[in-house]
Amino acid sequence: MSAVSQVEVHEHSEHAHEEHHELGFIRKYIFSEDHKVIAKQYLISGIVWAVLGALMSLVFRLQLGFPEMDMAWMKPFLGDWISLDDKGLGKLDPNFYLALVTMHGTIMVFFVLTAGLSGTFSNFLIPLQIGARDMASGFMNMLSYWIFFISSVIMFVSLFVKTGPAGGSWVIYPPLSALKQANPGSGDGMTLWLVSMALFIVSSLLGGINYVTTVINLRTKGMSMDKLPLTIWAFTFTAILGILSFPVLLSAALLLIFDRSFGTSFYLSDIYINGQALPNQGGSPILFQHLFWFLGHPEVYIVILPALGLTSEIIATNSRKPIFGYKAMIFSMAGIMFLAFIVWAHHMFITGMNPFLGSVFMLLTLIIAVPSAVKGFNYITTLWKGNIIFTPAMLFAIGLVSFFISGGLTGIILGNSALDIQLHDTYFVVAHFHLVMGSAAIFGMLAGVYHWFPKMFGRMMNNALGYIHFWITFIGVYLVFFPMHYIGIAGFPRRYYQWSGFETFSTYMDLNAFITIAAIITVFAQAVFIFNFIYSIFWGKKATQNPWKSNTLEWTTPINPGHGNWPGEIPTVYRWPYDYSKPGAPDDFIPQNVPYSATPESNLPEEEELVAKEKEINSIKYDTSLHD
Amino acid sequence: MTLLIAILSILFIVLTFLVVSKTQAILKGLTKSEGEESEYLGAPDKFNSANGVGLFAFWIISIVGIVWSFIIYKKDFLPEASSIHGRETDYWFWVSMIVIMIGFFIVNTFLFLFSYLYRYKKNRKVTFYTHNNNLEIIWTTVPAIVMAGLVFSGLRVWTKITSEAPANAEQIDIMGKQFGWTVRYAGVDDNQFGKYNYKLMDDAGGNPMGVDFSDPNSFDDFANASEMHIPKGKPVLLKIRARDVLHSVFIPHMRVKMDAVPGMPTKFWFVADKSTADMRTELGKPDFNYEIACTEICGRSHFGMKLLLVVDEPADYEKWKKSQKPLLTENPDLLSKVPDNLKAKAQKYSEPVSVEVTPEVVATNVLGNSSKVLK
Repeated sequence: MSAVSQVEVHEHSEHAHEEHHELGFIRKYIFSEDHKVIAKQYLISGIVWAVLGALMSLVFRLQLGFPEMDMAWMKPFLGDWISLDDKGLGKLDPNFYLALVTMHGTIMVFFVLTAGLSGTFSNFLIPLQIGARDMASGFMNMLSYWIFFISSVIMFVSLFVKTGPAGGSWVIYPPLSALKQANPGSGDGMTLWLVSMALFIVSSLLGGINYVTTVINLRTKGMSMDKLPLTIWAFTFTAILGILSFPVLLSAALLLIFDRSFGTSFYLSDIYINGQALPNQGGSPILFQHLFWFLGHPEVYIVILPALGLTSEIIATNSRKPIFGYKAMIFSMAGIMFLAFIVWAHHMFITGMNPFLGSVFMLLTLIIAVPSAVKGFNYITTLWKGNIIFTPAMLFAIGLVSFFISGGLTGIILGNSALDIQLHDTYFVVAHFHLVMGSAAIFGMLAGVYHWFPKMFGRMMNNALGYIHFWITFIGVYLVFFPMHYIGIAGFPRRYYQWSGFETFSTYMDLNAFITIAAIITVFAQAVFIFNFIYSIFWGKKATQNPWKSNTLEWTTPINPGHGNWPGEIPTVYRWPYDYSKPGAPDDFIPQNVPYSATPESNLPEEEELVAKEKEINSIKYDTSLHD
Repeated sequence: MTLLIAILSILFIVLTFLVVSKTQAILKGLTKSEGEESEYLGAPDKFNSANGVGLFAFWIISIVGIVWSFIIYKKDFLPEASSIHGRETDYWFWVSMIVIMIGFFIVNTFLFLFSYLYRYKKNRKVTFYTHNNNLEIIWTTVPAIVMAGLVFSGLRVWTKITSEAPANAEQIDIMGKQFGWTVRYAGVDDNQFGKYNYKLMDDAGGNPMGVDFSDPNSFDDFANASEMHIPKGKPVLLKIRARDVLHSVFIPHMRVKMDAVPGMPTKFWFVADKSTADMRTELGKPDFNYEIACTEICGRSHFGMKLLLVVDEPADYEKWKKSQKPLLTENPDLLSKVPDNLKAKAQKYSEPVSVEVTPEVVATNVLGNSSKVLK
């Protein structure tokens, strides 16, 4: 993170209270309270986790695509997880296969797409786009990252436990996850998983509370809620979702810890295992599933909403056109947020839950498709009659919209409980959520990195490498996940080490091999991005202050904003963030801090009235000082 | 397929080469890249049009690829449905599929078409168009109506499938365990299941399902751990349970799936209307068998939890049932679990009874290399 070394603390005499002493290396880059440094810490942690999670998926994809393959070559780094049979052929241990699937899911959902995506961009953009010097509590923000770091370390350590990391899939349904004798992955690995996730939830709550507080309290002069960029709306909704649903997962995890270690029976009942009847009675495994999905479902929106927010900003900027239906976008996000809380049991249609409950959740689930569709239509209409500049960020944003549509549509089938009977826990589900939340959110994250890289590191990423990265990844993702629908329609169950035991699932070996090859290419193409990322931090082309000619406030800061973001007074906001290509204006963008009185040539009739209000805005007294 | 792999590999090599050469170009051009401060770095570059055209070209190629792959692979989609409700859900699956494919093609076409049409041109006049409430209302209402239609049809089918089983349904007790299934039938004499209790489960003592032998109904119950027989054309009610962790009964051809939960018995009823023999003729596969799989992760051998399902003509089914030996006959040691006052009644089962085995029944049994493994 040494590129940050150019960040200097700007001191300005007109604001005496902003003067502070130069911080030492540790306070500046490690235990930093600066939201921008914390954002970069999240980003880099997220990228490291993403690489690990993606490589894990390749190991199990090899197993699925080429079950006969000799895996002895992986022995040097997987050790005992590769067992040699009598012919000397290396085989992946089935328990380790389950552990890989579990860790891939956990890492990608929580550590990459929650911490890496929301943690990075909420931290980075909220203060910069609302015009604040930092988060409401810099200390809490720092704490949030470092608790996440400890949680990461614990999860990482669990990979090296002798019995392997958690192996009950990322949903860790008990009794499998509660009984050590049921699965080696339910031993110490599971304990570490639970501890790590408990810390993760703490970190996520500290972050979320900070985001909401900052957005509510620290907006600059004139930044009323109806002038907020859609990114900020998205981050706020995400934070609210997290604050209200993560605690439920924490309680689910705590009760599971009790069942595992202290002999309680919250989730356990009538169990006979390893020749022994357990004393536990009266618990309900279904209870855990309700609690888990009460977070688990909002979680997918926690993952996708920030990505949609980033996309809104990137698509508007690069179409050189206002985002279409700004208010409709806010209302649909609010609708999604609200509905996200009451659709969780669509993951549980065939768990034996009362079928009537299934009907209710099916109804609510299909309703949530409506605001999601509205968002898709608004993005597309934004492109209509624009003048599109295909920066790598823009390409990834368009890719996101395509994945969101393609993956979202199959949700209509899965949300229908009658059709879910056949497709539940098949590869159809895997294909569905990898497109709509996995790939779409990753594309949002990548788009965000390409777009805000100049603000983060003061340098540009290389476009040509960006294009190569986009094309391989975009085509690759479709090649991986589109055929997966076919496999799912044929009924192939998830979390199978191999299918050859079943005549019914003996078709489609060619498709599985094809998917594996496409996955290998797609994952290795990410090396282009990593190279571009690291290279550009140090040697990229120097950025200008506003390289994309964008309207939002972050581009009014210096190229390398210091602690406090703006060297002088924080700019005042007069207009919404989407005045692109306004008729009459000399330039094709008008930043939010340009008053209407300065742009008489492009003001719409109703905006003339706002000129009078500018004095009012200017006279607001705000204490926007940085509280250390 | 090999061709596709070859194409992909070539693509990969070409792209690798591109990356390498591009990187070198960047390294060379690096020193002179320090431009003046105010330049518009985000300005469209020479690849802009290519990217716009590329997105649309990608979509056209994708459509061809989707249609082609659909035709090639369609034959293995949704394995032939063999239950009455299964054909109904299949019908609604394809209806929904058509609806979403229409959405898929229209919306993606607009996305990629606009990317192509409105790629940067120097003199293009951008339309400043912020919102249109009528449009928003239209594209909120249309999906809402379509959804309402799908919800309505789905609810109807779902309610029917999950309704109470008919009173004459053939009941089968199916239990999942690590890693296999065991089925129990109520027996031919009283057609009543004996009670079970997980505390009575005893693998070593030959009572893996925890059957309570103090209940006389259990005396003629018989079990099987390698295959399940059901009658064709008659409602079958599966009474599903698990004894260690979660499992899920999945019968792909019957469109049946229901979790098996320790401590919470679940159920699913259906009518199979194609016998194993019917399917062998229909599919032209003389060795076809229905299979039952597990679809809830349950540990190491989750992928190996297979049970054969044999759908018999009703008469054959009855014969098969008669040929099965009750648990007490299978394992006379179990007699010790029977309370003294019922011993006399149980005695009848604990002695080998000669069952008249007709050749047809043997044939049925051989279908799924039948052998009663109850370990």
